[in-house]
Amino acid sequence: MKKAKIVVGPNGTLQKKSTLLGMVLKHKILLLMIAPALLYYIVFSYLPMFGVVLAFKEYDYALGIIKSPFVGLENFKFFFKSGQAFTVTRNTFLYNVVFILLGNVMQLIVAVLFTEIGSKRIRKTAQTCIFFPYFISWVVVGAFVYNVFSSDYGMINSLLKSVSHEPINFYSEPKYWPFIIVVLDIWKGLGYGSVVYMATITGIDTSIYEAAEIDGASILKRIWYITLPSLKPTVITLILLGLGRVFRGNMTMFYSLIGNNGLLYNYTDVIDTFTFRTLLFSNDVGMSAAVGFYQSVLCFAFIMLANAVVKKIDSDSALF
Amino acid sequence: MNSKFNKKPIDYKVFIIVAYIFVVIVSLCGVVPFIVMLSGSFTSEARIINYGYSLFPKDFSVDAYKMLFQNIDRIINSYGLTIFITLAGTLLGLMFMSMAAYVLQRKDFPWRNKLSYFIYFTTLFNGGLTPWYMLMMKMGMKNNILALIIPHLFTVFHILIIRNYMNGLPYEITESAKVDGANDFVIFVKLILPMSKPVLATIALFTGLAIWNEWYNCMLFMSNEKLYTLQYYLYNMLNNATAMKEFTNGTGANILAGADLPTESAKLAMAMLATGPILLLYPFIQKYFVKGITIGAVKG
Repeated sequence: MKKAKIVVGPNGTLQKKSTLLGMVLKHKILLLMIAPALLYYIVFSYLPMFGVVLAFKEYDYALGIIKSPFVGLENFKFFFKSGQAFTVTRNTFLYNVVFILLGNVMQLIVAVLFTEIGSKRIRKTAQTCIFFPYFISWVVVGAFVYNVFSSDYGMINSLLKSVSHEPINFYSEPKYWPFIIVVLDIWKGLGYGSVVYMATITGIDTSIYEAAEIDGASILKRIWYITLPSLKPTVITLILLGLGRVFRGNMTMFYSLIGNNGLLYNYTDVIDTFTFRTLLFSNDVGMSAAVGFYQSVLCFAFIMLANAVVKKIDSDSALF
Repeated sequence: MNSKFNKKPIDYKVFIIVAYIFVVIVSLCGVVPFIVMLSGSFTSEARIINYGYSLFPKDFSVDAYKMLFQNIDRIINSYGLTIFITLAGTLLGLMFMSMAAYVLQRKDFPWRNKLSYFIYFTTLFNGGLTPWYMLMMKMGMKNNILALIIPHLFTVFHILIIRNYMNGLPYEITESAKVDGANDFVIFVKLILPMSKPVLATIALFTGLAIWNEWYNCMLFMSNEKLYTLQYYLYNMLNNATAMKEFTNGTGANILAGADLPTESAKLAMAMLATGPILLLYPFIQKYFVKGITIGAVKG
């Protein structure tokens, strides 16, 4: 900020170096315009950061945040010793990694195949169909899942009954759920993700393809040597964005599908659902704050690491 | 096109056929689940209980919808609330976010990088759910309609998308207007906003969709049924047997005499009602989403 002592004013006259106050006055309208955003982030994002102090306290509603007694690392100890830390961290991490990897692979396949399809009408119709799940809320998806898997009236069990097969109690058998959840997540994000990739593909210079075709490159070779390399920066950015959230569970999804069905927690409980239940149902403010803090630190460390690695390999692709 | 296709090598033909099959399969996966639900909502309760759900409605019945309409007041109330928060949240959010975005890309604004990072940092680190929840409660958000709007007003990613778009507009517009003596807000409203319509339309749609499909904040803060959004209403019907019972209690079973109360199909009918407007608008707005993602595909 302290560049020059004297600057040229708007009328060409020489003016004294603008002070902070002068700069504020000069940009007062711009500052007013950005004020709501700053205020919002200060109040709803930065102010709660001080709330992490709750993680080290045994919160008492009667005493309030400041007067509640400190308990050191008790909340964390309990979280880790109960074994739940491991379960929810493992679930959150593994689900997200699989979502990111399989999700992106599927989106890439759809995008590549779509762009090869000549008929514009078929392409548009198909896109409308694939994009549709993105617009439906997870609650509605939850209704559908119940529709398919419920033990009493579910479609699969109706089918099993009709061939005199024992019904499967999906809602008390955790082992089926990782598969169901992964499929649903990919299904819901397929339209969005493939559009991102298609946008990048349409940006590729078509003359490269024409030249390759004349040289006799097969279609698979064209995809492998032209399309995929051109998509690499987009893939890296999307994966990085995903990795930044690898320790954040999709609360809305897991809660819509599983709700408070404790039988399935072992395979379906993620950090976010655990925090939520600890806060709202067990009313254990200290513990839920501790879990939230643990999650934030994990996320922060992980995104920093991932970004640093990408920066080292390919600095253009790094997020910041 | 066909003659052109015939001249292509065999590997190309095989590839294209495989591509078509694949595309048809994933397309069906996109819409079939919804058709199943629609069909279920029109199936008689007895059929569902005895035979379970199926792909096409058998024993066609509108009992489920009849029962929902017995509670028409509640549903209309919930619709009104959802529409209100969607419109209010989208408009306010769009206004605040576009103002911030404009300032953050003004080349003569000395703090633009620092403030961009100040906002961006909140995506890297935050205090978690608990402190935020306590703060909201302290601010009197329990059973307060603002709790359904405020969390949607700002999205960092959206601000960055708008900022990038505005950054692509020629800076000379701002510069020459300033020379003419226009103030920054007037420049923003009269010149920049009209030129940013494509990106604003997209962000409006994304925000609107997010608010419409929202139920999490409703679950966190609402205990008064008058403040239940459509999605939360549905969530309750699905997950809370007592809520369902309460809902059916008001309905005169006499109207649907002789039949079981259509609780199963009513869940699906409610899912249809909660998705209805999206379904109606979808064919028209879908292309704006596609366009918008293309705009936003630039890295934030």
